[in-house]
Amino acid sequence: MAAQIKYADVEVGTELPAGSFPVTRATLVRYAGASGDFNPIHWNEKFATEVGLPDVIAHGMFTMAEAIRVVTDWVGDPGAVVEYGVRFTKPVVVPNDDRGALIEVTGKVAAKLDDNRVRVDLTAMSAGQKVLGMSRAVVALS
Amino acid sequence: MALDQSFVGRSYPPTDPYEVGREKIREFAVAVGDENAVYTDLEAAKRFGHPDVIAPPTFVFAITFAAAGQVVDDPQLGLDYSRVVHGDQKFAYTRPVRAGDRLSVTSTIEAVKSMAGNDIIDIRGEVHDETGEHVVTAWTKLVSRAPQEA
Repeated sequence: MAAQIKYADVEVGTELPAGSFPVTRATLVRYAGASGDFNPIHWNEKFATEVGLPDVIAHGMFTMAEAIRVVTDWVGDPGAVVEYGVRFTKPVVVPNDDRGALIEVTGKVAAKLDDNRVRVDLTAMSAGQKVLGMSRAVVALS
Repeated sequence: MALDQSFVGRSYPPTDPYEVGREKIREFAVAVGDENAVYTDLEAAKRFGHPDVIAPPTFVFAITFAAAGQVVDDPQLGLDYSRVVHGDQKFAYTRPVRAGDRLSVTSTIEAVKSMAGNDIIDIRGEVHDETGEHVVTAWTKLVSRAPQEA
């Protein structure tokens, strides 16, 4: 655990560098293969609309994987993440074009905890909607 | 149909070990577009004190969710998986998952609730390595949506 950010250098309210993560249908096919989640709602729009979705949606776990990058890029060592949780509030809808969707993530230090740990609260937005709720990570700083 | 409350606290047998491979970690890191060298470069991982390349934080979900299949597919529980959506997900790490790990998952049903016709189940997956040391705990909330009104 060797974070590059020092506990003494952050305050409650310190903002992390934001991240912007594009997702296309090709991204979802690749993620399906890597994660083993082949649910057709993530690649087959006929299936997705038949079960009441507006279109193909991104895997919630894909969005979760992108959001934590704001934290791991900040600290350098992903091994510094000690806790990470999210609520899946809205789907990321991914149209079948070459632009797809964009997941925009911001984060700020919400609390300084014991043992050089901080809690970071994350916000993830796509198409103007909050796609994750209660998105929080606890990170060990140096 | 409301799920049987007596399933709360039920644990399922530990899964056969899943061996974490460097190339599987690389494949996952590429799939999420994460170029942090600690996932693919042994020397970079060692500079941070890791004995081998580590996996991105959410990588382990594929392993814990496969293990949760024991719960989801338990015919006695009777969860309608065709209506299931992922509600919440949380991880608490003792250390990062890394290449070479042989990980076993023990799944436990933490809670069963019914709200507005939806069945909600909380599953905890305790992940241990082959020496029996704790690596990570994953909490997964699944919501089986009520059939829509006619």
